Amino acid sequence: MPEQVFFEDVEVGQTIPSLRKNCSSQQLVVWAGASGDFYQIHYDQAFARNTGLDGIIVHGALKHAFLGQLLHDWVAPDGRIEQFGCQYRGMDYPDQDITCQGVVTGKHVEGDRHVVDLDVWTENPTGQKTTPGTARVILPSRG
Amino acid sequence: MAESAAPSVVTDEMRAQLGVEGPETTLEVTSTGCRLFARAVGHTDPVFYDRDVARSRGYRDILAPPGFLGSPVYRPGMDDRHSEHATAHGVGVGLRVPYKRVLNGGTACQYEEPVCAGDVLTSRSRICDFQEREGSIGPMLIVYRETIYRRPDGAVVARVRGNAIHY
Repeated sequence: MPEQVFFEDVEVGQTIPSLRKNCSSQQLVVWAGASGDFYQIHYDQAFARNTGLDGIIVHGALKHAFLGQLLHDWVAPDGRIEQFGCQYRGMDYPDQDITCQGVVTGKHVEGDRHVVDLDVWTENPTGQKTTPGTARVILPSRG
Repeated sequence: MAESAAPSVVTDEMRAQLGVEGPETTLEVTSTGCRLFARAVGHTDPVFYDRDVARSRGYRDILAPPGFLGSPVYRPGMDDRHSEHATAHGVGVGLRVPYKRVLNGGTACQYEEPVCAGDVLTSRSRICDFQEREGSIGPMLIVYRETIYRRPDGAVVARVRGNAIHY
């Protein structure tokens, strides 16, 4: 784990360390079991093609969880995620890089809470933002 | 995407379900469930795997990874066509929609407080909105849902908003 990020260290416009993912079909099966999402378009090639897809696709909720990891790894150990959400605009496929990124869009203090807002997203190998979203985290203060 | 010119597929029966809370689901947040979810994502922080580490960082028990709000208690015959979180993540269940295919359109989690192994939560979902669009994949119906997760004492621990794209 890197060193703790404090509220005072953060500037609007700052990017946070990116997280690179690349799902094997096995990871999608582990995710199916972990999440309880057994929809066959995520592990059965023939089923996926029959629904008009090019092949099996990465679960949207797994990409949401990747953004959760991106944020957790940035705020840990003492910060916490208050909210994070995303839209599934483009499909991602196994064995292709999914790069999770974030940029700080705002920061403010509410009482004793030190709040930081971000835009977060995943990018596919062509640079398309397939999963854009937003997040709010609470960081510790040096004060 | 443009507004659809096709006749609406939203029936009075569907509109009547707007805002109506669905049945209560019980979800168990177990240490095994937390670890499996964390492993599936690829988390490396031991706070998701090791109780002693989690306690040393001020949590009651292993921290539930972001996005994990427990596993519904399964009973034979339960509808698990797509997802344990079928309602939470907005993937269509319980609506008579005239489209065969469905995609998860988006997910947003809002936490009121941390969720840890050992928690038992209850959830209820409601449909918040219908939107109809003409997209690259043809006419679509987007169903927006919100699910609220509570502790046994009634305190809200999380809200999840999702939308399902039927096409």
